[in-house]
This record gives sequence, C-alpha cells and structure tokens, in this order.
Amino acid sequence: MSNISINAAPVLPSGSVARRYQQRPGLWMVVSAVLLSLLALLPLGFVIGVAIDTGWQTVKTLVFRPRVGELLLNTLLLVIFTLPTCALLGVALAWLTERTRLQGRRIWSILAIAPLAVPAFVQSYAWISLVPGMHGLGAGVFISVIAYFPFIYLPVSAVLRRLDPGIEDVATSLGKRPLAVFFRVILPQLKLAIWGGSLLIALHLLAEYGLYAMIRFDTFTTAIFDQFQSTFNGPAANMLAGVLVLCCLGLLVVEAASRGRARYARVGSGSARSQNPYPLSPAIGLLCQLLPITLTALASGVPFITLARWLYLGGFAVWDNSDLWPAVRQTLTLAASGAVIITLCAIPMAWLSVRYPARLYRVLEGCNYVTSSLPGIVVALALVTITIHSFRPIYQTEMTLLLAYLLMFMPRALINLRAGIAQAPVELENVARSLGRTPFQALCSTTLRLAAPGAAAGAALVFLAITNELTATLLLAPNGTRTLATGFWALTSEIDYVAAAPYALIMVLLSLPLTWLLYSQSKRTAGL
Amino acid sequence: MKLRFTSIALLASSMMLAFSASAASSDQGIVVYNAQHENLVKSWVDGFTKDTGIKVTLRNGGDSELGNQLVQEGNASPADVFLTENSPAMVLVDNAKLFAPLNASTLAQVEPQYRPEHGRWTGIAARSTVFVYNPAKLSEAQLPKSLLDLAKPEWKGRWAASPSGADFQAIVSALLELKGEEATREWLKAMKTNFTAYKGNSTVMKTVNAGQIDSGVIYHYYPFVDGAKTGENSKNVKLHYFKHQDPGAFVSTSGAGVLASSKHPQQAQEFVQWITGKQGQEILRTHNAFEYAVGVGAASNSKLVPLNDLEAPKVEPSKLNSKKVVELMTEAGLL
Repeated sequence: MSNISINAAPVLPSGSVARRYQQRPGLWMVVSAVLLSLLALLPLGFVIGVAIDTGWQTVKTLVFRPRVGELLLNTLLLVIFTLPTCALLGVALAWLTERTRLQGRRIWSILAIAPLAVPAFVQSYAWISLVPGMHGLGAGVFISVIAYFPFIYLPVSAVLRRLDPGIEDVATSLGKRPLAVFFRVILPQLKLAIWGGSLLIALHLLAEYGLYAMIRFDTFTTAIFDQFQSTFNGPAANMLAGVLVLCCLGLLVVEAASRGRARYARVGSGSARSQNPYPLSPAIGLLCQLLPITLTALASGVPFITLARWLYLGGFAVWDNSDLWPAVRQTLTLAASGAVIITLCAIPMAWLSVRYPARLYRVLEGCNYVTSSLPGIVVALALVTITIHSFRPIYQTEMTLLLAYLLMFMPRALINLRAGIAQAPVELENVARSLGRTPFQALCSTTLRLAAPGAAAGAALVFLAITNELTATLLLAPNGTRTLATGFWALTSEIDYVAAAPYALIMVLLSLPLTWLLYSQSKRTAGL
Repeated sequence: MKLRFTSIALLASSMMLAFSASAASSDQGIVVYNAQHENLVKSWVDGFTKDTGIKVTLRNGGDSELGNQLVQEGNASPADVFLTENSPAMVLVDNAKLFAPLNASTLAQVEPQYRPEHGRWTGIAARSTVFVYNPAKLSEAQLPKSLLDLAKPEWKGRWAASPSGADFQAIVSALLELKGEEATREWLKAMKTNFTAYKGNSTVMKTVNAGQIDSGVIYHYYPFVDGAKTGENSKNVKLHYFKHQDPGAFVSTSGAGVLASSKHPQQAQEFVQWITGKQGQEILRTHNAFEYAVGVGAASNSKLVPLNDLEAPKVEPSKLNSKKVVELMTEAGLL
C-alpha cells in the first residue's frame, strides 16, 4: 500500500476539496470501488444480455401478451392504492406524535415503527391465519399498507421534529388558519421525506414475493417465481424480469424528476426555537387516539396474537424440530458474515465519495443504488444464470448467495458509513500521514475509527435485511442450507402454520433490537 | 483500533475460508435433488443412512425447477440422485441424456407399469388425480363426469387448481398425451376463464374445505395427510375419482434416477435400490405420506382406494412432455 500516491505529483484542480486534501486516492481504493460498482451492474447487464440473446421475435411473444398486461395492471393498482394510503397514515400519525400533546405519544411513536420488526411475509401469514379467505388486490393493499407505512412515518416524524416553528408563526401572523398553515407551510417541507419513503415502499411492493404469494395476489415477482418453478431460468421468467427492471428504473426516474430543487433549509442568524406541541381538547384527543390504536392493533397486534396462538397450539413440540436450530445457526452465520463483508466492501466507495466527490465516483456510487432497487428475484435469476454458465466454481455456494446480498444491501452499509466518514475530519488523516503512516494505516487509525458507529449501524441494517431475506435465498441457497426465512416458507407452503410459528417468532425477535436502533437513530438526527 | 480493524478483516477472511472449505469438503455424502415431499424423503433418508452409513444431503425444490436446473448444470451437476413427484421432469432430464442406467436388481423390484422400459429411471411411488369438493356446495349428482367437463361454461368460478405446481402440470401433460395438442390448448383456454388459481394443492383443499370455492383438481393424498394431523383443513371435503380411463383419472408416477455425472454412482444406486426396496416401500404404507407404493408386492396404506380400482388411463410415463405443457400454459396465460 505504501507505494501508492505519496510520490504522485499533486493535482491541483480548483475547488476547496482539492485544496484541503491534496492527494490522489490510493489506487487500491479506486480499483476496488470500480470493481464493486461494475459488479453491481451485473443484474442489469444480465437482463439486457438475455433480451438480446433471446431475439426480438421471442421477446415480443413473451412480453406482449395478455398475462403481462394483467400483471402490469395488478402491480400498478397496488402501487396507486398503497402509496397515498401509506402517506396519509404516516403523515397523520407523525403529526399526532410529534406536534400534538397526544396522550402517550412517546409510546405510540415507538409502536408506530414496530411493524418493521415483522417481515412482510410473516405479516401476511398472520392475517391469513386470522382471515383465511383474504386474497386479491384489496388484501394486497391492506397488508402492504400496515407492513410498510413506517417507511413514511419514520422520515416524516424526523423532519417534523426539526421544523422551525418560526415559519409557521409567520404564516399565522399573516392570518392563515391552522389548516392552511399545515397545507401551505408544513406539508411542502415534508415533501422530500414523503417522496423518499414512497419510493422505498414502491420498490418493496415490486420486489416482495412472500406477502403476495400467500394471499394469491399476482405481481411480476410472483409470476417470475412461478415461471422459475416451472422452467428454472427459462426465457419467459427472464423477460418478465426485464419488464420488472424497467418498472423499477421508471420509479427511480419519476422520483428523481419530481424531487424538485426547492430549498428546505433556513438562512439567517439565530436558531430555531423549540416547538410548541399543539394542545388537543379531551374529546378530540380521544378521537385522535383511535388512529394509533387501530394501526398498532392491525400492524403489531394481529401478528402478535396469531403467533401466540400458533405457538400455544404447538406447545413444546414445535420447538423440538430438528431443522429449527440448524436454520437459526445458518441464518446467523450468513447474516453476520454478510454484514461484515458488505460493510468492508462499502469502505472504498464511501471513503471516495466523501473525500473525492468527483463525478466518476458519484456515478459509481449510483450503480450500487440502482442495483439495490432491483428486486431480489432479478438479482438471483441473474446470478443463477451467470454462475451456472460462466462461474461454475462458485455456483451453489455461499459465495454466490453473499454476492447477491452484497448487490442488494450494499447501500444500507454505504449510506451509514458515508455519514460516519463525513464526520471524521480529514485533517486527522493528514496528520497521521505526516507522522509517517501509509495511507491505508492512516485511514484505519483515524477515519475508520471515528466512522465505526456509522459502520456498525450499517452492518446492523444489513444483518437485519439478510435475516429476513426470502426470495433470493430461495433461489440461491447452497445444497443443504436452509435459513429461517426459507424454512418458514417451506412449512407455510404445506400449510403447517403451527410448525412455522417458531421460525417467525425468532425472526421477529432478531429484528426487534435493530428496529430499536432505527428508532433511536431517527431521534438522533433530530438532535435529541 | 488498528488491531480491531485487523481482527475484523481476519474474521471476514476466516469466514470466507470456512465457507469455501465447507463447499469443497465431500462430507455431504450423496446429494439428492428432491422434489418429493420433504417429510417422506426425510424418513427414507433416515432409514437409508441408518442401514448403510451413507450420508445424504437434500436440495429441495419443485419437479420442473430442479429438472431444468439439472439440464442446465449438465455434466458438472453436483447432484447424484433426482427424485420427483411426477414423471415429466424425469423425461426432461432423461431427454438431455443425463441419467445412468439403473441396476437391474433395482428395476426388478418395481411393478413394470410404473417404470419406463429403458430403465434409466424408475417409479418410486404413485398418486392419483382427484376432484375434491365441498358437499355443502355440490351434490353428488352435480359432479363432473370427466375432467374435460370443467371447461364448460357452467363450471365458471366453481373450481380451483394450482397451475404453477408440477402436480397440475403433470395432469395437463397426461391430457396432452391422451387428447392431443389442439384439445389441450382449448381446454386450457377455457380453464383460464373458469378456474381460480391458488399456490399449492394444500391451499386448494383448504379453500374448498372453507367453502370459499366449490371444488378443485388435486391429488388424492392431501385430505389423508391432513386428516392424520388435525383434519382442520379437510373435514368438509369429499373426494371424487373420475375413473373410466378419463384424463382426470390419471395416476402420476413419482420417479428416481441416478445422474450419469454422479461422483458417487455406487452409493447413489444403493439409495434408489433402498427406496424402491422392501423398507422404502413399507415406509410408504406406514408413513403419513399416503402415496401409493409401486414395489412388486408392496402394499399401500389401507385407508386408500386400491390403486387397481382407480381405472386410470394408460399413459406411458416416459412420453410426458413438460416443456410443451409449460409452453401451452404460458400461452393460455396460466403462468
């Protein structure tokens, strides 16, 4: 490492960053970042490659058929009905818990994100145990809303907490009524949070398999899975994957285009005064309690009760399942090694994007985000096909599975790590270098050390994601490997809901501490 | 700190090493690509490992999924044995010339009508198509005479099936073999209008049981398996066998074959010999799988309607064409 860049002639382009840090990035950092980003393009390349290989005639017959139209309509309706409902509920609940004197608002704000600890397919399992007839669009929208609304609640409540009430005061002093203040002043400031949360939910809607398979609602992902079960990676599955990829990219473009260039930060001297929670009259307060009570009962109560019921019916016998504990062990091993490896892989990209914000690195970073927005089924399909034909030694190994996790979950590590590195002053790294450390040593002994909390948060998120991952794991698991999620899925497929309950419980228990972490993190960004 | 970082790196690389080591080691014994019921195969594996000391690693999946996977993997497949629920996937793998001939002693253990003459794979169990219905919704007089009747307009919205499963696709492949391509295409088209799709035969039965739909086309053992547990999902259903050599009376043969590329050919042959032998077939009778035994002189569970009374149509299992079926079903918008 020491031979890199010390003797390189300093390049001095204009711009403050270059002046602060007059070194070229280490070659190894650049090479590994470029390689990892190229790797991220694998699934996209696969979809394009397959389309070319298949030939236009076949593509035409496989893509332009009524079934694809059906799926497109289903997916579209799902998104159209779910997003506004989630936004409405998320914003209403966030406003109640952050800006009013609602009784018990601290507890409600914790319970509002509790559904994140319940994997979506477990949510579906809970509901179908309670209402066996649930199916179709209505059920799909309903379960999606209760499973995913925290994705909007979380960012919106964080923004609401930090809003400067001064602007609202100005609006009020200009004669606006409270309702008008909300729509004219508060809501516009929430736009980015709502938009970002909605994008995240929409991507989940497109990618989720278990939730919809269980309630018989066909989306692209379930149809690809059906095709996979009938043909392995046949052309029909690959073409559906292609259409699905286009949908995801479309969403990204729509979100980016509609984000706008509005300014959201205040200028001028002074600091925002603390907010004054809005008092609620006893009657209104009671009425408002209905929202958090209902949401909590539906999103956390039902899974809790059904799980408890199945566990009670199963008694001790269900825990005496010879497959259960190996599944726990394999899940923990995969999740832990995945979290470590993915966090390590994120270091070069995160470091480069903070220290050298050049366009090339922004593009490279973008590759990772685009790929992670693709559904697990597409990534898995791509890896199955590529490894079976060209990379046989890693075919059906943990390596391929971890690679899929890397492609899908890298941004979770990246975002947190980047935030951590950004908070580490570059001067420390420079001082370490001036004291004779190599760039790598300097990085390890200063920046990475300070970025450790960020890295830990990122690793925790990756761990959580891997623990609950179903679709890609179903396709890529090595012979003899069964995780909690796939074990749960195999049992529910045979409608053995009792035996599946311990798997679900363990997944929820593993997710709880991390959900707590998310909660406390969102508090921290608010400066509390 | 540097120490901690190094230790993380060490940890990660040791994990990678551990993984590659576990991938490379051959203590997996023989690898069985299994599309049969996990429960049943686990009992087979336990008995076999106890008798022979040979370890067995299972990769579970669906018939067509694993069959197509084997074809793509070709000669480099890690699989030693392939077990299916139905014959079409066996035909698929056999057409790719991936099976090794089975030992003559294995073949001699199985009734001739449940194995292809060429001897590259054999039947290990059998299952019959049935029409499952809810007597509260359908009287006996209203029952269809033939599977083909379900294409008629009066059956619109009244029957269910699991089109993505290999079971139903095997039934369609029998229809294709018995009635030809045109008739099958027409029937599938009518099916798309008439039926309701569910994922899995168990779910079909559960729904019929709950009275949410009148009837379904599944295999015979689901109510028996459920009855042996709690019976909660089958207490309201009855079975109707089409008989009269109708396509709906099709008896599907579950198959086993040894891959020609197997690195443990002898152990693999031993495994197939064991499951088609006395002990393996006896497990079919005693185990709660309720599939039919196909061994010479082997008895099936006494609760089942005897195999010979089912008046199944004569279908040569080695002629069933899964590829064509998936094409036709994709064309009909069922997949």
